[in-house]
Amino acid sequence: MNSIIEGFKKAFELIFSLDAELLGIIFLSLRVSGTALLIVSIIGIPLSAFLSLKKFPARGLFISVMNTFMGLPPVVAGLFVYMMLSRSGPMGFMELLYTPTAMIIAQAILAFPIAVSLCHSAIVGVNPIIRQASITLGATPFQTSVTIIKEARYGIMSGVIAAFGRLMAEVGAILIVGGNIAGYTRVMTTTIALETDKGNFELAIALGIILLAISLLINSALHFIQKKGELPAQ
Amino acid sequence: MNLRLVLSDVWKSYNGKPALNACSFSFEKNGVYVLTGHNGSGKSTLLRICTLIENPDKGEVHYFSGDDIASRDIGLMRRITLVLPGIGVFNNTVFNNAAYGLKIRGENKKEIERKVHDVLNFAGLIDKKNHNALTLSSGETQRLGLARALAVEPEILFLDEPTASIDSENTEIVENIILDMKKEGRHKIVMTTHDMPQAERLADFMLLMEKGRLGKV
Repeated sequence: MNSIIEGFKKAFELIFSLDAELLGIIFLSLRVSGTALLIVSIIGIPLSAFLSLKKFPARGLFISVMNTFMGLPPVVAGLFVYMMLSRSGPMGFMELLYTPTAMIIAQAILAFPIAVSLCHSAIVGVNPIIRQASITLGATPFQTSVTIIKEARYGIMSGVIAAFGRLMAEVGAILIVGGNIAGYTRVMTTTIALETDKGNFELAIALGIILLAISLLINSALHFIQKKGELPAQ
Repeated sequence: MNLRLVLSDVWKSYNGKPALNACSFSFEKNGVYVLTGHNGSGKSTLLRICTLIENPDKGEVHYFSGDDIASRDIGLMRRITLVLPGIGVFNNTVFNNAAYGLKIRGENKKEIERKVHDVLNFAGLIDKKNHNALTLSSGETQRLGLARALAVEPEILFLDEPTASIDSENTEIVENIILDMKKEGRHKIVMTTHDMPQAERLADFMLLMEKGRLGKV
């Protein structure tokens, strides 16, 4: 019990002293997950709009695949990226394994189906009368699509934030492809796993507290956006 | 150029059930055309076909600009407007809802401000211009639908049951807006209603829909 209390005490000391190692780990975590999310948003939101608004063969199959991959185990994504980037893999020549770029790729693969599925649900959930209203007011097909996407904006933001939450908490994929190299590929979750193994609880607890705080922030943002979407401001 | 609508022998059915049977009519003069008939008689179907949202199974729908047939393109779609029974307000301010049609036409900001101000005044919604449109009452929503359509100054305005789901006070306001437009004499308004006294109050030209057939009253 004492060691736990001592662990918490030292953890808070680390947080309040703005420990350089701690800050580096937090910054890298945010950079990796943030970049992955940005890539996923740039590709995933237009794709989900396309899936929602255009009819084409195998659309249903594509949506089903995306929904299935929402539950993709991180270690499987990590294994796939590892095989692609390892020396014997098809992309081995790029020498990306054990770099933050490899971690970003793995996280983007994990977040992509989540963002696409949730954004797709948000867009198909827009009342069909919005489309008709837009057309009757003289909108072109492109303007109509933009209007529908704008109407789904709160749902889309919720989807993106939910994906970010998953990425921040993820450990399996980035551990496999990043290698947990101190000062280079070591992020919050992989550090917690490593330090716990070593019995160094202070840093693990400090990072756990920060991870929880970030998770709380993400969920608060999600809740705020969902409320804003439900109840229009006067 | 005066826009005219001509329907020739228009047929439409859904799942084998006929909705429109050989409907023909020319909307030539300005004024209020009121299409009456029971629920399910085909009034809304006819409006959707008139506004080119749907195509007929058979027959022709032509818009004439002067003596020429207007081509079915976005240019034509922007000369007509339909106010749907459910309106379909956007999750945005009343101002931005009313400005929508002008913005997508690329009008300049000053012109948008002026036109939206005018139509919101006309519809009695100017005090609510900064409110979210989803917070309006059903009567106010109906008036916003009208204001949004009027902002784009359509040559033919189609109204599908504009007072079906609102109280008597708002019905009177909407009717007065239509009567004011009628007095101006610059518009063609084609509206549906199953309320006969209302049809008599508003109509310059009365049409009756019965089991998919269109006839003059």
